Order: sequence, then C-alpha cells, then structure tokens
Amino acid sequence: MTRTILPLTLETVSYAVSGTPLLRDVSLTIGAGRRLVVMGPNGAGKSLLLRLCHGLLAPTTGRVRWASGEARPKAQGMVLQRPVLLRRSVAANLDYPLALAGLPKAERRAMVEASLARFGLAPLAARPARRLSGGEQQRLALARAWALRPEILFLDEPSAALDPSATRLVEAAIASVAADGITVVMTTHDLGQARRLAEDVVFLHRGRLVEHGPADAFFSVPQSPEARAFVAGDLVW
Amino acid sequence: MSAPFGTAFDLIVSGDPALYEIIGLSLRVTLSAVAIAALLGLPLGAALALARFPGRGAVIVLFNALMGLPPVVAGLLIYLLLSRSGPLGDLALLFTPAAMIVAQTVLILPIVVSLTRSVTEDLWAEYEEQLKSLGATRLRAVPTLLWDGRVSLLTGVLAGFGRASAEVGAVLIVGGNIAGYTRTMTTAITLETSRGNLGLAVALGLILMALTLTLNALAWSLGQWQRERIG
Repeated sequence: MTRTILPLTLETVSYAVSGTPLLRDVSLTIGAGRRLVVMGPNGAGKSLLLRLCHGLLAPTTGRVRWASGEARPKAQGMVLQRPVLLRRSVAANLDYPLALAGLPKAERRAMVEASLARFGLAPLAARPARRLSGGEQQRLALARAWALRPEILFLDEPSAALDPSATRLVEAAIASVAADGITVVMTTHDLGQARRLAEDVVFLHRGRLVEHGPADAFFSVPQSPEARAFVAGDLVW
Repeated sequence: MSAPFGTAFDLIVSGDPALYEIIGLSLRVTLSAVAIAALLGLPLGAALALARFPGRGAVIVLFNALMGLPPVVAGLLIYLLLSRSGPLGDLALLFTPAAMIVAQTVLILPIVVSLTRSVTEDLWAEYEEQLKSLGATRLRAVPTLLWDGRVSLLTGVLAGFGRASAEVGAVLIVGGNIAGYTRTMTTAITLETSRGNLGLAVALGLILMALTLTLNALAWSLGQWQRERIG
C-alpha cells in the first residue's frame, strides 16, 4: 500500500429521495487506521451514510472525496446489512471478487486459501454458502469483503440477528482485521458492541451528524441531549 | 385398437432401422435447435433484464408474444426466406435438416429469452447492490446471474425442448418430410396416420412421450438436487 485512498472526506453531503431529505449536510473526515462506529436510532441514516461512502449511492448534493482522487477506489470493501451470498460454494464466493478484479488463477487460489484460514472458514470451503448458519454466513461476507485486502471496510450491522456466541466470533474477526491496520467503519444499534469496538463514534439523528469524536468521551460525556438520551438507553427516535 | 400397439412394440423391440433413423434425426434437429437457442437466448434474456434503453418494454412484449407464434407461421416465414427466390435462397437450405433447425430455433428462442429475462430480473433485484459492491459491472453481472439462476433457467430451456420436439408444422413446411432425410417423429406420425400405418405412428408417439418424460424427470431431479445443494 504505497498510495493510500484515505482519508475519506464527506463535504456537506446530503441525500434525498423524491424530495424527502434522508441525510442532511454531513461533513466528516475518516482517517486511516481507526475503528469508527456510526450510531443512532433507526432511520437516522446510518446505513445510508455507509452506502454513500462506499459509492453504492451518489449524494444528492455535496461530495464524497477519497485522498487518491479516484471516484470509487477498489481498495474498499463492504458488508451489507443483508449480505447476498452467491449460490455457490464458500470458496467460490471468496474467489468471485478476485476474479472480477482480474487476478491470475494461481494468485487467486492462494488468496482464497488465506481468507478461508483467516476467518475460520477452511472446514466449510466446499459447502454451499447459502446453507451455512447465520454466523458463518456473516463471517463469509466479512471474509469476502476482505478478499481484495482493502484499506477500509464498511460494515452495516455486521452482527444483527446473531446470537451471542456468533456475535463474539464476528467481533473477533472485526478486531483482528482492524489490528492489521485496516480502517473499519461500522454501524450498530447495539450499545455494548459499540463500546467494545469503537475508537471513534459518529452519532446521527434524523439525518444529521450530531456528534463525532473519540469513543471514550462520547460514552462518558455525550455533548448533545439526543446522544445523552441514547447512551443512557432511553428510546430515542 | 390393440393391433397398432402390438406392431409398435415389435418395431421398438426389433430395433427397426427406419424407426430409429427417424428418432435420431428428430433428436439431432431438436437438440441442435435447443443448443443454439440457449446459446443466444440466455445472454440475450439476461441482457434484456439488465439493460435500460428506449423501447425495452416493446422488445419484452414482442418476445412474450412470440412465445405463442404458431409453428406453421414460423415455418412459412422460414420457407419464404429460404425458398429459391427468397433472400436466402442461394444457401439452398430449404428441405434440409439445417432448415428445420433454423425453424425450431426461431420457435424456441422467444421462450428462452422471456424466461431468462424474468428469472434474471428477479435475481438482479436481489443481487444488484451486492454485485456492485464487489466490483461487478452490469455487463459482468450477466454471467454471474445466469450461473446463479441455473436451476430456474434449466426449466426455461426444457420448455423450449418441449415445444420443439412436439411441433410438426414448422418442420413439415421447411423440411418437406422427405423419407430418410428430413422425416422427424412428428411429421412421420402425421404421415403414417393418414396412410393408416398406425403401428409406426404409435411406436413414434410412445417414444416421443417417453423421451419427453425422461428428460423432464432428469431435469426435475437435477433441479431438486441443486436446490438442496446451493440453497
């Protein structure tokens, strides 16, 4: 990684669907090597923010700018809220993005092996992806997003609807990826998970960025009344 | 009533060469047509599902309507194209197996295109964001969707086989029902029945039905097995 795509800068980004603003004037800089957790109640725009960053959506106004100057750099991966696994084996799912990137076969095979080993999927390599358990599917989705060794990973509710033991495995995988220096930007509505994983926090409320700062400060002394209520566990909407 | 069946069984069991020649030609023509229609129709259907262009709706309606194209009309069109004074007359294809393959391809193609479009369109709705995230362009998504929709697409190709193997009008017009050259199971049944040669007609009918049944059974089992496997 000689030339980095980070930091990622959002300049007064807004997103509206048929006139209804869903995200308003969000300005944000995401630096390299941090674990950033995006929090907020349902409908605050968390998922939208990640998809705008990842380039799945284009902002209605404002700009999403990568340091490399590319419109949509390759060195980024995302795990969607409901990842779609291909109707193929686990190994074939991991190979797919590598094949798209046009890597030679021998190199791909080695990378797939490495991904399988890294995410504890080696015993499942030949299994059909859609027949895995929820936790295994989620780890496969993470491994697939990591397959091209991105600089930054966007994870949208990576452990929603998983039981505690599966959640623990997914969190361990996230922590290990982050330990390699990969920047992680994830959403969660699980406060406990946010406390365990966040170094920085972005707090969204009704489409606006209300707070952005180090996690410790956010959890101990939230600045805004909405964030205070959210951290206290009140029902905020 | 039972006499033709007796003769039919004798013909089948004794391995009557005329009978098996007709079966062989029928299979060659229909399987070639299915292969060509699949080769053209699968990518075309998927492209139609993903592409956005003016007049797309009209093209979709056209292919849907062509699924109901009467075989005799298709045969007539190919006949006009291939007849000696027609635009493709110099190819001298009229009354050859090649002409029958062309006619059946024309009949099957709309079925394969329409079913492929419908299957890939549904799949695309599910896959679009994910494939984009993984770096796939729309064009590159076509083979991905075709492969992931393989179980359902098999049904479409099979429906094409059913239509082609059962039709008589188109192959009769462009093939001419020449004994030993362009006589297929369906055209032979028509001819032998009108001649009162019911034994051969019944034998061919039985084999035609057995073939269709076997193929559908195979496809269904394959589909079940794949569905189990790939989820």
